[in-house]
Amino acid sequence: MKSFVFPEFQVIRDEEKCGQCRGCERQCAFGTHTYDPAADRLVSDDHKCVGCQRCVVFCPKNAIMVRPSPSFYRPNASWSREKIEDLKRQAETGGVLLTGCGSDKPFRIYWDHIVLNASQVTNPSLDPLREPMELRTFLGRKPDVMDISADSGEVEIRTELCPNLVVETPILFSAMSYGAISYNAFRALATAASRSKTYFNTGEGGLPREMREEFGRCAIVQVASGRFGIDAEYLNIAQAVEIKVGQGAKPGIGGHLPGEKVSSSVAETRMIPQGTDAISPAPHHDIYSIEDLSTLITALKEATNYEKPISVKIAAVHNFAAIASGIVRAGADIIAIDGLRGGTGAAPKAIRDNVGIPTELAISSLDRRLREEGIRNRCSIISAGGIRCSSDVIKAIALGADAVYIGSAALIAMGCTLCQKCYTGKCNWGICTQDPRLSGRLNVEIASQRLSNLISAWSHEIREMLGGMGINALESLRGNRDHLRGVGLCEWELDVLGIKGAGE
Amino acid sequence: MMAAQIDAADVETKELNDRLRELLLSGAKRVSIRNVCGQRYIGTRLYTPQGLRMDIEVFGTAGNDLAAFLYGHRIAVHGNAQDGVGNTMDAGEVVVRGRAGDVLGFSMRGGEIYVRDGCGYRAALHMKEYQGKRPVLVIGGRSQDFLGEYMAGGVVIVLDLAGERHDAHFIGTGMHGGVIYLRGSVEQSQVGDQVEISPVDEADRAVLAEYVTRFMERFPETEMTKEEILASGFVRLTPRSRRPYGNLYAY
Ligand code: SF4
Ligand code: SF4
Repeated sequence: MKSFVFPEFQVIRDEEKCGQCRGCERQCAFGTHTYDPAADRLVSDDHKCVGCQRCVVFCPKNAIMVRPSPSFYRPNASWSREKIEDLKRQAETGGVLLTGCGSDKPFRIYWDHIVLNASQVTNPSLDPLREPMELRTFLGRKPDVMDISADSGEVEIRTELCPNLVVETPILFSAMSYGAISYNAFRALATAASRSKTYFNTGEGGLPREMREEFGRCAIVQVASGRFGIDAEYLNIAQAVEIKVGQGAKPGIGGHLPGEKVSSSVAETRMIPQGTDAISPAPHHDIYSIEDLSTLITALKEATNYEKPISVKIAAVHNFAAIASGIVRAGADIIAIDGLRGGTGAAPKAIRDNVGIPTELAISSLDRRLREEGIRNRCSIISAGGIRCSSDVIKAIALGADAVYIGSAALIAMGCTLCQKCYTGKCNWGICTQDPRLSGRLNVEIASQRLSNLISAWSHEIREMLGGMGINALESLRGNRDHLRGVGLCEWELDVLGIKGAGE
Repeated sequence: MMAAQIDAADVETKELNDRLRELLLSGAKRVSIRNVCGQRYIGTRLYTPQGLRMDIEVFGTAGNDLAAFLYGHRIAVHGNAQDGVGNTMDAGEVVVRGRAGDVLGFSMRGGEIYVRDGCGYRAALHMKEYQGKRPVLVIGGRSQDFLGEYMAGGVVIVLDLAGERHDAHFIGTGMHGGVIYLRGSVEQSQVGDQVEISPVDEADRAVLAEYVTRFMERFPETEMTKEEILASGFVRLTPRSRRPYGNLYAY
């Protein structure tokens, strides 16, 4: 069937600059560029380009430009180009529209409507270059009361403490499974987590055996509805176990890793036969209630000899705070809350762009709810979904999060351009692919260095901002909404966030 | 060597499992637990990096998630077991001389489970196999709805020894691997769209003979003889495709 969708991008080659090296042809897995020997020039099929900018960055002559196609349909406020083209694609295939990455729709980004405080004259600011600034964070259950003895000057904690994760900076890598991302990308995340003294999250695709010993100490392992790659060793080698109930990009639905992506080593790590679809059902079919969840949480605590905190990851949806309270009561030590803009390797577009609530609102209402119920100490909150920079991190913490998960930000650090084609398995940046020719483009050493650089840059900026507020420990900022003010927000939004308007 | 003894009367789940773990670490190879009354996760906390193994006998009613994440141990229950037997089990053997509750063998990837009587809903859900690991679940009675839903591997045999006829529905919905054998017959309306019902062949008979033999060794009290069981009619349920949802998406 002839497709009526016109090219999304336009590839422009400066013939003056082009040296016919055919590098672009090799770079593009979508097959956009081809060499025409008769004319001794390269030609591009705009239809195939997904706008990932790989060829642009790697053209040694800087001869290529890729930009959104200027062609347009008659402007129509109701029928945007995207709506028209999505509809055409479905008319041509009869299929569900898939996409990758977090939602790109213009939902309000609250981070950009919140401003931070700083000290002036009184309560002077602190100089992070001189003063020690504490970013170390403990994730997990804290006791209701702390019983200490202080005999003869020796302070001793009598209360039995629950296992906690210790991170040197409140930034962790979000769950991204081997299978969804390439081995090199997965390993780069693990390497950077280990180097930056934080954690990576295996996602639901298991942890390759040869990585277990080296990276178990910086791994959070996931238990999702498909239960892939899980055995007692996997659970025990990690530092925490996360039950994945939901994901911000696709709340309420499961996932299918298509058989083509289940290569032999992905199959081995997931412990399934090569080439079968890896189906994660929408719910965990052993969890239909808070009581069932509690059973699984305790099963995981038993399986790990009560030595690891258990996290439960849910998507932020309408009544999630009440549910989260149940989750804490069910025994979760950490709640990871993933907002509307959370990323994904593949999700139905209709779900990604329409289900869930922004993470900023979610953090605040969750923190408030747990405080009101007097159980905030029983769990830590990790916020995910739409963290782009250090100021987003610090705002998340002031709204009540203990730490954040970064997913898209980490991928961007490795080269991702948010082209949203992760589900095709042809990622030209070697990130979301199992094609060895493509994944080989991602050098583990360099990618992990880029990730570690990002963590240290953000950590330094967080120290600067903290110092500016006259605070020397992140702990003192947690849930401290007095340091935030809203700009351009409605009354209800300020209420949900629990912050005052700027100038108030 | 004598089996170590634990009296589980009035012992909480955690304490019971503490004791089991201590015994394992101290080198015990056999443990017998009396008066079990709903204590959960028996066998779950017995992972050791060196792979120590233990045989456990349970007298009474085992609580939820018996043998969850089981790592190679053998557990025999003289009584019934509640929900979640063998949840995400990796290796080992569980024998229930009684009936099992819901979500029996959920996501199990290795090892064998034998249940003398029937079981509840959602048995063998998302059971899967991998390389040399092929989980086996044999049920002497009947199973309820959603048996083998999303099943991706392994062998399930439902013997219906009392001859009550299979009345479960949604059997094998979303199934994309593995095989289910039912003694007796089943209607197409009782199974998922993805499931093909076919008669058993020679190879299937060999599989059935192997596991029915093992079932009989574990439950010699069974009224029917092995020969009678194996001479009965069986049907085989297999997935039509390993990619049931391959055509769902627009690219
Ligand atoms: S898909 Fe990427 S590599 Fe291919 S032509 Fe477009 S921008 Fe260049
Ligand atoms: S991971 Fe690759 S395919 Fe996915 S958005 Fe980034 S560049 Fe595109």
